[in-house]
Parts: sequence; C-alpha cells; structure tokens
Amino acid sequence: MIRLLLLLPFIGLMIVPFYNIREPYLFGFPFFYWYQLAWVPLTSLLTYIVYRSVRRAD
Amino acid sequence: MLTNVDSAAFAVFLALFVLVTGMGFVASRWRKPETLAHLDEWGLGGRKFGTWITWFLVGGDFYTAYTVIAVPALVYAVGAYGFFALPYTIIVYPFVFAVMPVLWKVAKERGYVTAGDVVRGAYGSRGLELAVAATGVLATMPYIALQLIGMEVAIKALGLHGEVPLVLAFLVLALYTYSSGLRAPALIAFVKDIMIYIVVIAAIAIVPSKLGGYGEIFTAADAAFAKKGTGGILLSPAQIVPYASLALGSALAAFMYPHTLTGIFASSGGNTIRKNAMLLPAYTLLLGLLALLGYMGHAAGLKLASNNDVVPELFKTLFPSWFAGFAFAAIAIGALVPAAVMSIGAANLFTRNFWKVWVDPKVTPAGEAKVAKITSMLVKVGALLAILLMPTQFALDLQLLGGLWILQTLPALVFGLYLNWFSSSALLAGWAVGLAGGSWLAWSDGLKPLHSMDLGAGPVAVYTGLLALALNIVVAVVVNLVLKRAPQQRLSREAAE
Repeated sequence: MIRLLLLLPFIGLMIVPFYNIREPYLFGFPFFYWYQLAWVPLTSLLTYIVYRSVRRAD
Repeated sequence: MLTNVDSAAFAVFLALFVLVTGMGFVASRWRKPETLAHLDEWGLGGRKFGTWITWFLVGGDFYTAYTVIAVPALVYAVGAYGFFALPYTIIVYPFVFAVMPVLWKVAKERGYVTAGDVVRGAYGSRGLELAVAATGVLATMPYIALQLIGMEVAIKALGLHGEVPLVLAFLVLALYTYSSGLRAPALIAFVKDIMIYIVVIAAIAIVPSKLGGYGEIFTAADAAFAKKGTGGILLSPAQIVPYASLALGSALAAFMYPHTLTGIFASSGGNTIRKNAMLLPAYTLLLGLLALLGYMGHAAGLKLASNNDVVPELFKTLFPSWFAGFAFAAIAIGALVPAAVMSIGAANLFTRNFWKVWVDPKVTPAGEAKVAKITSMLVKVGALLAILLMPTQFALDLQLLGGLWILQTLPALVFGLYLNWFSSSALLAGWAVGLAGGSWLAWSDGLKPLHSMDLGAGPVAVYTGLLALALNIVVAVVVNLVLKRAPQQRLSREAAE
C-alpha cells in the first residue's frame, strides 16, 4: 500500500489549474514556479519512504 | 575559421576537450574486463555500474546538451509553457522506480542487452522484436543529431565558424566510443556533470545579483511577454492540457529510448536503480533553475538572432571570458556523453535484434561486439551527415516524431512484465496503428506535437504521442479479445457438433 505514495507526484503535477497562479510568492518566485520546484525534493522523499519498505521486502 | 575568438575562453575550452578525449581512450582500461570483445562489456560496461556511476551516466545521458540550450530557449520564447520539462522530469522517476528494476531483473537473468531482446523473450515473436528494435534505432538517430546542434551552438559561441571543429569533435568521439564502448561516456559523464553543475550553480547564484534578484527577473520577463503580446509567465487556459499531456507523455517515453535503457541495463541491480530514482531528481532541480536562464535573458535585455543563443549570450555578457569558455566546454562535452550512449544503444539494437536474427544467427559474442562497434560508428557518421547536409528543422521534426514513435513501444516492453494476457499479434497491431496514426496526425497538424480535439466542451489540444499511445492500447486490447475469442468459438462449435 505504501507504494501508492508514488502516485502523489503525478496527482500534484497534473492538477495544473491548481498551481497556475502567481500568489503567494516565495523569494521572488511566483507560486507556479516554486510549487513545481518543491515537488522535486518531495518526490525524492516519497521515493525514499517507499524504497525503505521495498528494500526490507526484498 | 577563427574570427573574434577570445583566447582565454578558447584555451579553457580546448584544455577541457583534450582532457575528456584522453579520458575517453583511457576508459577502455577503467574497471578492466577480461575482454572488451563481448557486448555485455563493450555495450553495457559489464552490468556492474553502482549507484554513483549510474547516477552520473544516466544524468549525463538524459539531461543532454540540447536540453541545456533548448529548454531556456523555449522559456525565453514562450514563457511558462517551456517549463513542462520540469513536471516531466519529476514524474518520470516514480515510473522508473516502479518499472525499471523489474525490467533490469529480467534482462540480467536472461542476458538481454536491448528492449528488443526483452520483447522476444516475453512473446517469442520475431516481428514484435524487430518492430521494437527498428523504432528504437529510428527514434535515436535524430536525437543524436540534436546533440550535434547543441555542440554547434557552443562552438559558434566560442567564435569558431565553419563545420571543421564540429566534424573533428565528432570523429574523436566516434573513435573512443569504438575502442572503449560504454565505459567512455560513463567516465566522461563525471567531468561533464560536475562542469554543468558548476556552470548552472554559478549562473543561478551570480546572474540574479547582477540583474536585481529573482523578483526583478520575473517582472522583466512578464513585461517582455506583455510587450510582445504572446507568451507569459503563467499558462494561458488553452495551454493547460498541452502542458500536462506533454509532461506525462514525455515522462512515459523517456525510458523507452535505447540510451536511457542502456543506462538501466548497465547498472548493477534493482536497488541501484531504485536509489537512482531517488537521487536523479537533483538534476531536475538543476534543469528547473537552468530554465530560468530564459527569463534572465529578458532581464538582461539580450538582443538575440536565435532563441537558442540565450544561454551562450548570457554567459558572454555577464561572465569573464574564461568562465564563458568553461560554460561552452561544459555544453559541448555535455553533447558527447548522450551522443555516445545513444549510438551504443542503437548499435546494440541493430546487432542483437537485426544482425543476429536475420543475417548471422551463429555470430559469436566477439563477433557481436565487432558488429556493434562498427554500427555505432556508422550511426554517428549518419547523424553528422544529416546535420551538415540537411536543414536543422529536419532533425527537430524527426526528433519530435521520434518521441511519438518510441512511446508506441511501451505496451510491448512494459505490459509483459506484469501481465501474461496480451499476444504478440495484438501488441504488434497496436504498435502499427499507434505509430502510423500518430505520425499521420502529427503530419496533418504541420509537425506540431499537439492535436486539437473537440469533445463537446470546446477544442482541447493534447500531446499527439499520448493520443497515439491510447489508440495503440485500445487496438491491442480489441485485437487480443478477438483473437482469444476466435479459437474458443471454434471449440464450442466443434463441441456442439
């Protein structure tokens, strides 16, 4: 079941109208940009969580 | 041939180029195998690349020189829409994590080298094997040509004109790929990736301070698009579905290419691939920040002859010449790694799934390695000739179609890893209809990647490759149902009689 975490980046990035906005800004970046950039470390983290469970299963 | 060449930039460029050329030849002795005259060694580096080598190799091979030039150029030209490369290179990794370790395991256990091998093993169909292999080779050729375009831009930025430098660089590449195989790009990838990281980190740290900060950069880009009347730092409503579908379709296609699959097969195990799915997004972060160089071009008020010049011009304008030389060398060397791996991937396909099957079934492992070496050379020469003799747009159009084509091999390659339901004829029918239908749609849309449809709620444009994949899967399912039904009907008729 923990593998389903891998679907979150798809959902988070396919809902384009949700993040196609300017506000709120972060360090001068409009939301559109920092929201997508934030998914990079988040995806790595989710993958790490799944990896830990898979590695034990191996 | 030498006009306006800055000597500091040129010296740095040349020194780095000589360094990687030396590394390319020395690589044949790196992690020395008993013999290089075997496709497992020449074409897959012995299948022993651990987490770090795989990270550098796949990173160096997936985020190509052309990416470094073209993504900022697209962002410079159209704005937010060009950022689809970011969601694309994020969602590709959960897919890699889930699918590629399974594929690696099958390949390792049965000694497969290519996607064609995997398909033959799963379905025992020579036709499907040939379809997958031919698609791989065809889709890769224009991709190699694209790397040459990236290299051309970097060489031109240095002030070198004419075709001689490009030809020389490519010949050198062809020679050490011939002698060292996959070990050469794997070793050079270390240098290439570190250089690209230095260049991009310097750019994103230093350029904003010269241009008044990121806030100013976005404001300047916004104003430039408003003045131009097209593009913008947000997507227009009509761009939303294209953005999402291009990201999804590209992510599904990315690891169907021979060069990315070669990186996967060459790794030492499933956990190496899983760890890489976790670590490779570091390059995506880099790519996202690199894309912003397009906006920095607006903030710096660059006047460009071609959008592709945005990155080189930015470096020439804002950095000392020796560092600009370093940046151009990074881009040119950045073209060598993917070009080498692509030619090796294509050569492996040709050797295993064409030569061995149709020409010389009794070929020895050493003979296979020889055929692959010569093929890798021919593939590169072909790409070089295509760039020198044909308009650049031809390579770009073919690359676009190549993405659509390679995506049509996904059902044949991936479905068999999980399901035992599809027959090879059904998958072959799906592949053929997807390939032909997708190409026809793209052709009739003037070789644009988007196809406009009206499903009742107004026109929506979708990535054509994804539409073709949907068609491919529907045809495969229908044909499979029909084929499965036919013998049963015959059986029940016979029983009734």
